[in-house]
Amino acid sequence: MIRYTLRRLLMTFPVLLGLSVIVFLIMSLIPGDPAQAILGSYATPENLEQLRADLGLNLPLPQQYLVWLGNILQGDLGRSYTLNRPVLDEVLERFSATLILAGTSLVLCTIVGVTAGIVSAIRQYGWGDRIITLLVLVGISVPAFWLGMLMIMYFSVGLRWFPASGMTAAYGGGGILDVLHHLVLPAIALAVVAAGVIARLTRSNMLEVLRQDYIRTARAKGLGEHRVVLRHAFKVALVNLIPVIGVQAGFVIGGAVYIETVFQWPGIGRMLVNAISTRDLLLVQGGVLVVAAAYVLFNLMADLFQHWLDPRIQA
Amino acid sequence: MTLKSSGTHRWLLSTLVTTALVAASHALAQTPPNVLIVGQIAEPKALDPAQVTAVNDFRIVMNLYDGLVRYADGSLEVEPSLASEWTISDDGTVYTFTLRDDVNFHDGSAFNAEAVVFNFERMLDEEHPYHDTGPFPLAFFFDAIDSVEATGDHEVTFQLEEPYAPFLSNLAYPTGLIVSPAAIEQYGEEIARNPSGTGPFQFEEWQSNSRVVVTRNEQYWDGAPSLEAVVFRPITDANTRVAEMLSGGIDLMVEVPPDNLASMASETTFDVYEQAGPHVWFLILNTREGPFENQSMRQAINFAIDKQSLVENVLQGTAEVAAGPTPPAFEWAYNEELDPYPYDPEKARELISDAGYEGAELTFYVTEGGSGMLDPIPMGTAIQADLAEVGLEVNIETYEWNTFLDRVNSGLEGKADMAQMAWMTNDPDTLPFLALRSDAMPESGGFNSGYYSNAKVDELLEQARRSVDQDERAALYREMQAIVHEDAPWAFIANWKQNAVASANVENFQLQPSFFLLLHDVEKR
Repeated sequence: MIRYTLRRLLMTFPVLLGLSVIVFLIMSLIPGDPAQAILGSYATPENLEQLRADLGLNLPLPQQYLVWLGNILQGDLGRSYTLNRPVLDEVLERFSATLILAGTSLVLCTIVGVTAGIVSAIRQYGWGDRIITLLVLVGISVPAFWLGMLMIMYFSVGLRWFPASGMTAAYGGGGILDVLHHLVLPAIALAVVAAGVIARLTRSNMLEVLRQDYIRTARAKGLGEHRVVLRHAFKVALVNLIPVIGVQAGFVIGGAVYIETVFQWPGIGRMLVNAISTRDLLLVQGGVLVVAAAYVLFNLMADLFQHWLDPRIQA
Repeated sequence: MTLKSSGTHRWLLSTLVTTALVAASHALAQTPPNVLIVGQIAEPKALDPAQVTAVNDFRIVMNLYDGLVRYADGSLEVEPSLASEWTISDDGTVYTFTLRDDVNFHDGSAFNAEAVVFNFERMLDEEHPYHDTGPFPLAFFFDAIDSVEATGDHEVTFQLEEPYAPFLSNLAYPTGLIVSPAAIEQYGEEIARNPSGTGPFQFEEWQSNSRVVVTRNEQYWDGAPSLEAVVFRPITDANTRVAEMLSGGIDLMVEVPPDNLASMASETTFDVYEQAGPHVWFLILNTREGPFENQSMRQAINFAIDKQSLVENVLQGTAEVAAGPTPPAFEWAYNEELDPYPYDPEKARELISDAGYEGAELTFYVTEGGSGMLDPIPMGTAIQADLAEVGLEVNIETYEWNTFLDRVNSGLEGKADMAQMAWMTNDPDTLPFLALRSDAMPESGGFNSGYYSNAKVDELLEQARRSVDQDERAALYREMQAIVHEDAPWAFIANWKQNAVASANVENFQLQPSFFLLLHDVEKR
């Protein structure tokens, strides 16, 4: 188990290294350069040249990459051209905001998705099942950003129940209640698609398990239905659901890009969008690395948890 | 088969109750009293005035710092600020400022002549110990300075290399604002995020992509503001910005999309503000090669484009038709006698056929969007349609803003016949001097991407720059505008009106022709 974990963690490094090369190449392929983005319309060729030299953009591409890599190995992610602050500070601050949003969303979509899936499975072809299946279909099909905009129009502009954007009140806020209040709409908007996927898979897994002989045996023994479904059936179905939830965790972090833009959540998704449009290479690199590392870690955690639930599965 | 779902029910119920409680505790939460929440269009890049280039950043720094001079309320003419008075030598090369002696920076250090010297040397002198706390992209505004010296505790003297009339107006621009030397020494390059000036508000905190908070400077030399604090929130998505305004989450927003402006104007809970500014939107015409070498072709383009329709239909009244290269916001230097080229497709066709360019094919550079570019793609296609009407076949090439600037600023030769462009400036000298002179060709680092050249215009601009008499300068600029209007190196299209919406309880707010956002006098009921 420990050896497996270590091996998986070691495998993360080539993944991240490859990723950083790809990001570096893509960023240098898209037109427009950071010096131009910083100087704006007043950029004279002379000023541009000077600034490119200052930023080290005149070096050959491989050399630029190696310089960056050397700094990374010393724990220095560089300094953002556009934000005037160290990349590491910015990325950590923003990633924690994303974790709050994505984490809440993940809990939400797991609880709602699993509950809906179980209810759907035990009421197969009943009204409950039909209604849930319809809702799941809608949930999977609705674009999250559009849902977010509708929610803003209805709950913020119309009813004024929740703030339209941001993570804390603009002035004097910052308490847990304040963050929760801001979290409700974006967390729900972000959870909807993943909840749909989880509900579908829970339903099919549960249906499969409920048809097994041992379930019939359990019922024949006279066990309560509640106990049969949750103890005997769901625990087995859960083993197959865990990796799905792990993958959904990745999707939720990815989907946060749209939701963070719509709700102006100060997370890493919105940071990346801004950084790409201003050609802030170091910030993009730092952000992508952190997101990718998180993705790999979530999947690893899901695998380990699955192995713990069912040691027969080779970890 | 029934699942005992009391557990689920209990969970659902408790969630609902919690949600309702959270919502109720904050329900209808308005912005706090006497604190102004401003919806900005983007995250600021820096709060060091020597480093910023974007109007979005100017909106914050103008409230944190003062310059030696400032624009008088509602105009683009300078008046005293940190300098109580000044004298200019007869030859226009020596400026001596007498400074106020009752001013301190927010960090408590004293404002004096040494502080002024420190600021300009930091920006201009590569040997200065804090020159590396830059970059200073607009330092060229002060290229004319030969030396700056403290000639007394509260007297500072600038020696210019040659007469340079826009100097005063450049001092009123954000690049000329004075930063606390003590703060620069303390923070080094982190000064960009730890501003300290002398302005009506002082810096409190900057949370990345959430807010910049500034609070009342009780000791402000020009009277403490009434607002307790101002919060600048970056809300990049225009729809979300409007939703925040409608839901009461912000008190003031700038750059309202035209569609929303109309509907907000009809509501009594909002006040809509509009102000024409020193902005001009035009087409650069390639005068070096192709059809636009010919002056009557350039005039034909000006006749062929229906500017009124562009301004009314595409821009929905958020701009006015431009008559020449100088925006009317520069009231003192604007030539009132010039009228915009009228929309006259008949006349345009005539000029085109006389020049022998019927059915000519033109390459037109259009950008996807950019600072001051308004709605470039719809404007580009509308112009394309107008030119098709007079028999010209226009091929649009669209580029992302930074790429676009790269292609256009390096000159249109061999690439395109015309290109969109827009400028916002602080002095009538800036745009023509950088973009219409024979010495400002792209080859020599200028912005004259269409290669316009007229010896008389060159002479007028040089002369206006050397003159220290404002009336004389004005006369020179007016003459220059008449010539450029006739030569038509550009197609003159629009002057943008800046807009803002504030909730009705915000008082004493005015937009400025400089496009700065000044909040010193604003009150909130």
